[in-house]
Amino acid sequence: MILLKLLNKDRGSSFTLALLALVTIVVPACNLLLPESSLFHIQTYTMTLLGKYLCYALLAVAVDLVWGYMGILSLGHGAFFALGGYAMGMYLMRQIGNRGVYGNPVLPDFMVFLNWEQLPWFWHGFQWFWFAMLMVLLIPGLLALAFGWLAFRSRVTGVYLSIMTQALTYALLLAFFRNEMGFGGNNGLTDFKDILGFSLQSDTTRAMLFIASALALGFGYLSCLYISRSRLGRVCTAIRDQEDRTRFIGYRVENVKLWIFAFSAMLTGVAGALYVPQVGIINPNEFSPLGSIEIVIWVAVGGRATLYGAVAGALMVNYSKSYLTAAMPDAWLFALGALFVLVTLLLPHGVTGLLRRKDATT
Amino acid sequence: MHHSIRTYCKLPVLLLILFLLPHPSFAAVNNEQFTEGITILIKGNFKEKRLAIQQIATSDDSRAKVLLQALLAGNLYRVKKDNRLVYADIDGGKARIETVLTAEDLGLIKKRKLKKITINNSLRGYLKTSLARIDLRDPDSTIRLQAVSLLIVSLTPEDSILLSELLLTETDSKVREELATARDIATLRSKDRQTILTALGNLRGNLDPAVRNEVSTLLAQDNLDESLRKEALAVQRSIQSKVSFFGLVEKLFFGLSLGSVLVLAAIGLAITFGVIGVINMAHGELIMLGAYTTYVIQQLMPGYIGLALFLSIPAAFLVSGITGIIIERSVIRFLYGRPLETLLATFGISLILQQTVRSIFSPLNRSVATPAWMSGSIQINPILSLTTNRITILIFSLLVFAGLYLLLRKSSLGLQVRAVSQNRAMARAMGVQAAKVDALTFGLGSGIAGIAGVALAQLTNVGPNLGQAYIIDSFMVVVFGGVGNLWGTLIGGLTLGVANKFIEPWAGAVLAKIIILIFIILFIQKRPQGLFPQKGRAAE
Amino acid sequence: MKTKLLTATLGCALSIGSIFGAQALAADTIKVGVLHSLSGTMAISETTLKDTMLMLIEEQNKKGGLLGKQLEAVVIDPASDWPLFAEKARELIEKEKVASVFGCWTSVSRKSVLPVFEELNSLLFYPVQYEGEESSKNVFYTGAAPNQQAIPAVNYLMNDMQVKRWVLAGTDYVYPRTTNKILEAYLKSKGVADADIMINYTPFGHSDWQSIVSDIKKFGSEGKKTAVVSTINGDANVPFYKELGNQGITADTIPVIAFSVGEEELSGIDTRPLVGHLAAWNYFMSVDNEVNDSFIENWQTFIKSETRVTNDPMEAHYIGFSMWVKAVEKAGTTDSDAVQQAIIGVTVPNLSGGYSAMMPNHHITKPVLIGEIQEDGQFEVVWQTSGMVVGDAWSDYLEGSKDLISDWRSPLSCGNFNVKTGECSGSK
Repeated sequence: MILLKLLNKDRGSSFTLALLALVTIVVPACNLLLPESSLFHIQTYTMTLLGKYLCYALLAVAVDLVWGYMGILSLGHGAFFALGGYAMGMYLMRQIGNRGVYGNPVLPDFMVFLNWEQLPWFWHGFQWFWFAMLMVLLIPGLLALAFGWLAFRSRVTGVYLSIMTQALTYALLLAFFRNEMGFGGNNGLTDFKDILGFSLQSDTTRAMLFIASALALGFGYLSCLYISRSRLGRVCTAIRDQEDRTRFIGYRVENVKLWIFAFSAMLTGVAGALYVPQVGIINPNEFSPLGSIEIVIWVAVGGRATLYGAVAGALMVNYSKSYLTAAMPDAWLFALGALFVLVTLLLPHGVTGLLRRKDATT
Repeated sequence: MHHSIRTYCKLPVLLLILFLLPHPSFAAVNNEQFTEGITILIKGNFKEKRLAIQQIATSDDSRAKVLLQALLAGNLYRVKKDNRLVYADIDGGKARIETVLTAEDLGLIKKRKLKKITINNSLRGYLKTSLARIDLRDPDSTIRLQAVSLLIVSLTPEDSILLSELLLTETDSKVREELATARDIATLRSKDRQTILTALGNLRGNLDPAVRNEVSTLLAQDNLDESLRKEALAVQRSIQSKVSFFGLVEKLFFGLSLGSVLVLAAIGLAITFGVIGVINMAHGELIMLGAYTTYVIQQLMPGYIGLALFLSIPAAFLVSGITGIIIERSVIRFLYGRPLETLLATFGISLILQQTVRSIFSPLNRSVATPAWMSGSIQINPILSLTTNRITILIFSLLVFAGLYLLLRKSSLGLQVRAVSQNRAMARAMGVQAAKVDALTFGLGSGIAGIAGVALAQLTNVGPNLGQAYIIDSFMVVVFGGVGNLWGTLIGGLTLGVANKFIEPWAGAVLAKIIILIFIILFIQKRPQGLFPQKGRAAE
Repeated sequence: MKTKLLTATLGCALSIGSIFGAQALAADTIKVGVLHSLSGTMAISETTLKDTMLMLIEEQNKKGGLLGKQLEAVVIDPASDWPLFAEKARELIEKEKVASVFGCWTSVSRKSVLPVFEELNSLLFYPVQYEGEESSKNVFYTGAAPNQQAIPAVNYLMNDMQVKRWVLAGTDYVYPRTTNKILEAYLKSKGVADADIMINYTPFGHSDWQSIVSDIKKFGSEGKKTAVVSTINGDANVPFYKELGNQGITADTIPVIAFSVGEEELSGIDTRPLVGHLAAWNYFMSVDNEVNDSFIENWQTFIKSETRVTNDPMEAHYIGFSMWVKAVEKAGTTDSDAVQQAIIGVTVPNLSGGYSAMMPNHHITKPVLIGEIQEDGQFEVVWQTSGMVVGDAWSDYLEGSKDLISDWRSPLSCGNFNVKTGECSGSK
């Protein structure tokens, strides 16, 4: 009922969600049920790749919620993504048990060869899936709350806020690189074996992860759509357009910003958590400030302030990245750079904005 | 090159040996020892070569010093055909050679017909001390001083007699001081209580590391006399307090020099970001362009490293400045008033610039040579030396700052820039061409980034990733110092540099950086406008 | 260029699906995957290895290919992005159906692709010196293990240069961490006191070395002969060596021996102040023999530059590729299992004048050479092992791994067999 109300008159969202539902069913089916010789068989490689894109799309939706609807340009969403990923990675590491190269039942391999005697305190609890999943939500959420509480109350806005979020992810990048931190340093966490008892190498598990990513994207999309259509969402847009006026009218601007920011961080954490088992590694590079800027670009390319734009942007940019790094390695950075410049100059509403304009004129 | 130097210095050396050596008549007798040494040098392995060097060095032969110097400099070869030892002056594939024994000029020969007499590190060290022993009697006082300083770490008790002897005839006060220290150190190893006590008295407050080591060795002895122990401890304390003071001075210098690099990198940004409100993510790449300009100019004029460096400064300013103006005219001017969009667009530009450089110069790092006057260090005392390149860059950054400050305060361009940044509409009403001023300001900021690149090329890699390493730090400095305030950038940069260097010893390099970042994040929450907030209308 | 770019952008925007639909076209070639970063931070080192592989494959084709078929290189750019390495490895194996892959440089990239190679049972030849502590059925380690580089280097300093105090300086990642752990244990077993070992880690690309070099100088001025064992990586080396020179540390006062500085790195440094500092490798370009001479000549012709240098990882690819070719010929097929069986024991000439053999632990035998940096950016060999050293997958000096051995021959067929418990843990 609510769903129908939400999607009423929103052709972009309806189309995106319908397509998503279709993909969720068709891709795993084509992978698992059809024989390899079949024309319509989808390779596991392709399915994992698509699964990765879906995680990116969820990330883009979360960024769009704070940037497109509330005007906070966060250059630190990569940090929330990576933290979610690390929480999942820690669970997967604990699942390895004594199948590591040193056969230590408790300590991950990297701790054994750095002569760690016992598990650091923050690794406890991650042997339980429920705990890890709780952390996937809580750690990014709490970090966002703490950061936002400080920043929004002292009215750090605009460019300053962007640079501070960048400093945040940069500090985390440096911290996670340190081997003393106990997160595997530069190598990060890798060589995962299974999740909830299912081998990560089996096609069925991969298909399940793909479906989970698709469902998470669907949920994230709908909840963001719900927020943006609600009263809260309209306050957000008001903050984006005229923060001071909104405050004078009597809204508690900092609180609105804070909760939306934290919610977005949690969604991002979920995206990270689903991303890790599919790509098989999480390491500090995910914190890199450049990565966070790239996420913003996906949203800008697709069209900010439209959720389907964010999804489309994430898919398009990443697809061309996959394609160009294979086809023309040298041209990749030129193409990406040109895309940034051209989109900001010529397509302020992104590619979907272009489509909408055509719609309007015809 | 070496050949000519060798010929010039041969005569004085010969005279020196004749007049200064205590027993010049031995020279002829020891000739045999010299030639024997040479024979071993030609055929031997590294161990035997060491023996040969010893023989040659102690032969008192007039040719010894020149020979050992040539060996150290790698100019000593043997002719493959007849195994004769020669000095070679290599030029391309050819070499002009001269025999060691008879000083006979053999003319040009193909380089392939020669085989180098190789040495390794321990031989290199041994050669240096052997030469130093010869140099102790050199007529040039600076050479004597160097020789004593070099020998001070490898003294034996017997050396104290030789050193006392030298002290009698030494006239130069600096050399005397060093000789006395050396003698006292050598004395510490003797057995006589009273002489040790006197030596200890002399060594109070002496900062030479060798003194500290000797005193610690002395203290480590089990059956040390009580009065000696007391005196030695007193000496150690007197040294220690000085050491910690100079340690502090050194740390401060390191901090200021790190800070000056930050200031240089950030100050261009302070203009583009602070004055015209553009978030220029390509700032790092403009620095990189400056560094590559330095490299190219150095390639164009090999042999004039110093001059090339001076020429690089205006050249880098132009290259980066013009690139900046192109960026401003083609992209940024459409985005004024939308700072977040400039961030994205300039980030795209930075990727393009990086890949362009990678395509032109290959992804490999390029090497930029340092002129001789910028390498090495200024020795303040035995434990405090300030590296010349860092001092140069520190001064350079202050000059750039002063120049920029004057430009903005005193010139008409500066006036226009400030007018536009404070009230654009009013400035235009007064006849200021705002668009032109924007372009020039952006060009100025970019040009300064290029100049920073010249300095950075002297410190670090010149490669496509150079810019990325500095962009975040630059933003931190500008935001911390207060946007739109040049003084803020200067004070902010230096403060962060010094703070970093004081945290580093106990936290390590990485943690120091993390702590600084967290500090800035918290600081900005407290004072969102930075150290020196901009006042008035422009602040909004 | 411009039009090419335009078509590319258009092409990728329009032709969604082509990436998912590509398949092996020519069945009459054997495909060889080349997985080296051509962009991003690692491009600086890895591009050369990609070119080396192209040269080796071209040469093999001139000789008539392999098993009567031509070899075809499939080059792919993982862009120094570690998760992308895993994705691209899967693409090479599943989509391109390559017979084997030559690639990776950093440890993290190898760790990232390892599960993929094990899952899909393909072959990876890894050409870079690394930290050891790994032995996979599907990976062949043609670079040096710590006992083929670090330990002989320290022995040389200890015995030939009478070094008594040690600075272990490294970039903070797994290779320096492990190497320094091993060296620390080794030095202590030789009676070096705790106070005579200084360990320091810095981040990647560290550029301000003032305090650390000053500390090293102080540490080295305390009377005993001191040396620095450097596992400092890549970009951080230039400012490090510059600072050493400026603070007056020369090779005869405090020598620095590096494990990650080779000819290619030196080509980007002004080497005059560095003369006499050391490096330990298994190959130097200056090694004087016919095989090396012709390799250098082929390389410079192939890359069309008289000044391009060769280095150790290039030699590792040379050895690895020759071994793979020989093993495929021996097995008569490119099938992974058959090649894995056939390659153990295969012996091929290396470039330093001897023969290298593939051992049952998937590491190879190599000589260890120590060279001093010369003014021209080359190394002069000052010491070398008398024979070949066998690469050791599991260090004898680490608590966790001293009981482990690796032997991939049946019946044991295990990468980490614990000789004490008699159990094979981990991958089989």
